[in-house]
Amino acid sequence: MENDTIAAIATPIGEGGIGIIRISGDDAIEVASKIFRPRSSAYRSLADVESYRAVYGDIVDDDVTRDEAIAIIMRAPHSYTTEDVCELQCHGGATVMRVVLELALKNGARLAERGEFTKRAFLGGRLDLSEAQAVMDVITAKTERSLDAAHGHLSGRFSSEIKTMRHDILSMIAHLEATIDFPEDDVEDVVMDEAEEKIKNIKNRVDEMIASAHAGRILREGIVTAIIGRPNVGKSSLLNHLLREERAIVTDEPGTTRDSIEEYVNIAGVPLRIVDTAGIRETESRVEEIGVRKAEKYIDDAQLVIAMVDASESLSDEDKKILALLDEKRKDVICLLNKSDKETEISREEISSLMKFDSADDVISFSTKSAMGDSELESAILRRVYGKGANLDTNDGGVMAANEREADILRRASESLQATLLTLTNGMSADFVTIDLRAAWETLGEITGETVGDDVVDEIFSKFCIGK
Amino acid sequence: MSNRFEAGEYDVIVIGAGHAGVEAGLAAARIGMRTLLATLSMDNISLMPCNPSVGGPAKGHLVREIDALGGEMGVNADKTCIQFRMLNTGKGPAVQALRAQADKKLYQFTMKETCERQENLDVKQLLVDEIIVEDGTVKGVVIETGEIYRAPAVIIATGTYLRGRIIIGETTYSAGPNGQRAAMKLTDSLKKIGLRLMRFKTGTPARVDKNSLDFDEMTIQPGDDVPRCFSFMTDEDEMERIGAVANLAEQVPCWLSYTNEETHKILRDNLSRAPMANGVIKGVGPRYCPSIETKIARFPDKEHHQLFIEPEGLHTQEMYVQGMSTSMPMDVQIAFLHTIPGLRHCRVMRAGYAIEYDCLDPTQLKPTLEVKNIHGLFSAGQSNGTSGYEEAAAQGLIAGVNAAMMIKGEEPLVLKRSEAYIGVLIDDLVTKGTNEPYRLLTSRAEYRLLLRQDNADMRLTEHGRRVGLVTDERYAKYKSKMAEIKGAMDAIEKIKLSPSRETNEKLKSAGLSEIHVVTPLYDFLRRADVSYKDVAPLFDLPKISRAAEKEIDITITYDGYIKRQREQVRRMEKLENHLIPETINYDDVTSLRLEAREKMNKIRPRSVGQAARISGVSPADVSVLLVYLEQQKRMAKKK
Repeated sequence: MENDTIAAIATPIGEGGIGIIRISGDDAIEVASKIFRPRSSAYRSLADVESYRAVYGDIVDDDVTRDEAIAIIMRAPHSYTTEDVCELQCHGGATVMRVVLELALKNGARLAERGEFTKRAFLGGRLDLSEAQAVMDVITAKTERSLDAAHGHLSGRFSSEIKTMRHDILSMIAHLEATIDFPEDDVEDVVMDEAEEKIKNIKNRVDEMIASAHAGRILREGIVTAIIGRPNVGKSSLLNHLLREERAIVTDEPGTTRDSIEEYVNIAGVPLRIVDTAGIRETESRVEEIGVRKAEKYIDDAQLVIAMVDASESLSDEDKKILALLDEKRKDVICLLNKSDKETEISREEISSLMKFDSADDVISFSTKSAMGDSELESAILRRVYGKGANLDTNDGGVMAANEREADILRRASESLQATLLTLTNGMSADFVTIDLRAAWETLGEITGETVGDDVVDEIFSKFCIGK
Repeated sequence: MSNRFEAGEYDVIVIGAGHAGVEAGLAAARIGMRTLLATLSMDNISLMPCNPSVGGPAKGHLVREIDALGGEMGVNADKTCIQFRMLNTGKGPAVQALRAQADKKLYQFTMKETCERQENLDVKQLLVDEIIVEDGTVKGVVIETGEIYRAPAVIIATGTYLRGRIIIGETTYSAGPNGQRAAMKLTDSLKKIGLRLMRFKTGTPARVDKNSLDFDEMTIQPGDDVPRCFSFMTDEDEMERIGAVANLAEQVPCWLSYTNEETHKILRDNLSRAPMANGVIKGVGPRYCPSIETKIARFPDKEHHQLFIEPEGLHTQEMYVQGMSTSMPMDVQIAFLHTIPGLRHCRVMRAGYAIEYDCLDPTQLKPTLEVKNIHGLFSAGQSNGTSGYEEAAAQGLIAGVNAAMMIKGEEPLVLKRSEAYIGVLIDDLVTKGTNEPYRLLTSRAEYRLLLRQDNADMRLTEHGRRVGLVTDERYAKYKSKMAEIKGAMDAIEKIKLSPSRETNEKLKSAGLSEIHVVTPLYDFLRRADVSYKDVAPLFDLPKISRAAEKEIDITITYDGYIKRQREQVRRMEKLENHLIPETINYDDVTSLRLEAREKMNKIRPRSVGQAARISGVSPADVSVLLVYLEQQKRMAKKK
């Protein structure tokens, strides 16, 4: 489709500094204004901002602030692609950029194909004529590569699962269409309640696959984790405990934006990228006070915070301050009540009353000295990867990790299925039900590369005895 | 061989006067072309050799579109049909479709008279043996009796007559439908001028004597209480008397019955004698119109198959047995019919039969229905591999218009998929081809919600006017409907309902639910149970026609869905409007995959949108094509 709105990360990932998310197409400004809120009261939304002005503001997911960024709007035809374009410049960390991109996709953009910005630029008259061949080659190469990728990636359960879902949807479409196109033939009407049930099931399967895409990425990239707590609470011991227990790979790669040292630990198959391990060791060994202000930096960067308190003593003001900060920042927190193998002064309930947790099981009685709390910590981390209801046995091969492109397609399919359910709930007639159902079926076909053919008609005639 | 002689010159010659031929001939003549309509038999113009009905889902839509463009089928059906039913009333406004039972002879003779009285149109009984083509341009036709008629445009509308062969069990003979003459020589001529042909098959059931039926064993199927019409020119309020020609006080019913195990056993026991099983039939039959023996073979678990007994007309006792199409030997036909309730004592008046015929591979055609490599040669109807009277008529109309446009040097009429079922039909044929007789279905249209039968006039009248088919009267009627709708919409958008006692009293008096917050009238009308007719008297809205009311109700109630489809159309529009120069050589587009290059070379799509629909062409191929076209455009500009 031409001029639909596409988005992609425009700078290489993981190279530090500033990263740019580019959004281009008819709805680019609308999409961008849903996920970016200017700080200045001079602008109600991005739509009010003039072209080429850099605006400082927040990346928001509904009302939750995710990051700060700078937005630049370039209106058609004065942009690289000659379409409306919005560029969001944010912290260059891979995680942050992925989050922003995902938000754009969730709010109406589609993931750009390789070479698509360039193609649009050329078609818009932007590039030199001599570049035409190069553009065509990029597109062709892309096809071949993605076909290779598709063959490699789609061989297993993932592709058969998609095919099954498509077939189930197709059966429903064919039945609806048969009653519409052959009203005087002997075709049973579709029972809408049953259709609703089936669509709900399919949508659940799609949503599970989206979640597995999330899991897949975490498994590839790890969860950026900060261990936070006042001095002497046992942070260093925890790190050593995790490292020793899990034979982690120690890396000295520089971090993305500053010189902190990261180490990978592996908990139940999930890699955690623990930030500022140097800082943790340093402050512990020198018994230096780590200021709340410094901790804040690491907290901001982390996807997961493991907060530690010393359960053998009652909560100090500093403990409370740290918990309050985490609560304010709405961070995803696991709280370890360390030294719980001794007499304890703090209860899990007391911690729970001080800040909100996703689950009561995120507050764990723990001891780095004994194995106490180890399995609870594992469960808490697995929950973050696979979701609450998920089967926590990762060895059953049940993870069907989709890549980003597939996740984007699945998300759009899920939206279409949701729209179908709404149509059914509103008691609309068969014709309307087919509209979004078809959209879901076609969208899922993008994953397996199946083009739209006469499948619906074929299915009607193979399933129903029709004719004069 | 007869002596050849020059018999006359025309602008347009139409070969065949079936449903495609008459529309083609009428359209060309009405646009002002001197037109020859050549038929095998003056007695069989607009013959309905199969079921005596017009319309149904997608087909009824086609009739409405033909009518909106200024074609004849809708007008003729309204005059001569004897039962009307609106189908799918509970399945959404877009799939509602009118289906009518025609009096076959009235239908034919009325159409024949229309053609004969048409200015510029000569109707003649002629069998065309040859099409004359010189230097890639059509020049005229040669008749079996030696006449040479010359014209710069020739339209093939030969239906199932090309090398037609009828099959009843072991009996076969060369014939057109109903045992008419077949056109035996034209096939060779078509091959000689380079056309690729296919061989298709279709079939029809037996006709039985009304006097021999037991009606008390069947269920009656009456027409609608309020009959609706096909043509925008027929006044719905004056439809009390059915069919202007038939002039009936009431509609004629059909009858419903079912097969049973006994029927199926007879068919199963004789399957080895079925021509489709023993290899006598070689042509490809349609899946949507299977013979009863095919149904039994393909769906062995189905215990009953339904059938309708339909009158062939008012002045005949012949009844059509819909659903029982067959080419079984005669003894089997009689035996299985006698097992069916209502037909146990039936006397068969005509046998069911299968017919094989030659037709063109439609991918050889442009979307204008002109043959790609032969200037001035057009083809329409069953000879393009379709099936159905309505599909034929629609193509006939377009071929007739485009032959005239070619001669006048004007823009051809190519309807988009988002604009008309006619667009879907022709685009499917010329882009994808077909390997069975093609029937249009609503499920083939991706923008079904926009292609409603109620708005066919709003979609197409301007097109018909542009090409010269829409009369002043029809145009004025359309304009007045548009003005009514606009006036009413403007009025609606100005009104906000406040939840005052006065307003709610008003609403209550009309049996409508109360409101509790300030509600724009537009939003109030969105409720499924509120229609324009209900609120118009309450808020002094203009009094408008029923058709305009309906349009407003549908537009407002389904606003969200309609807008979404319009948005989809808008997105595809750029590709649809991006025409590809006819001179393009796809072998030069080296970045295209070989498969895509071959496919595009074969189909030679008119637009990038059409190219994208060719099977085997991927989105990446389309991107490459776009970049190539842009490159060529810029290079041309540089020079």
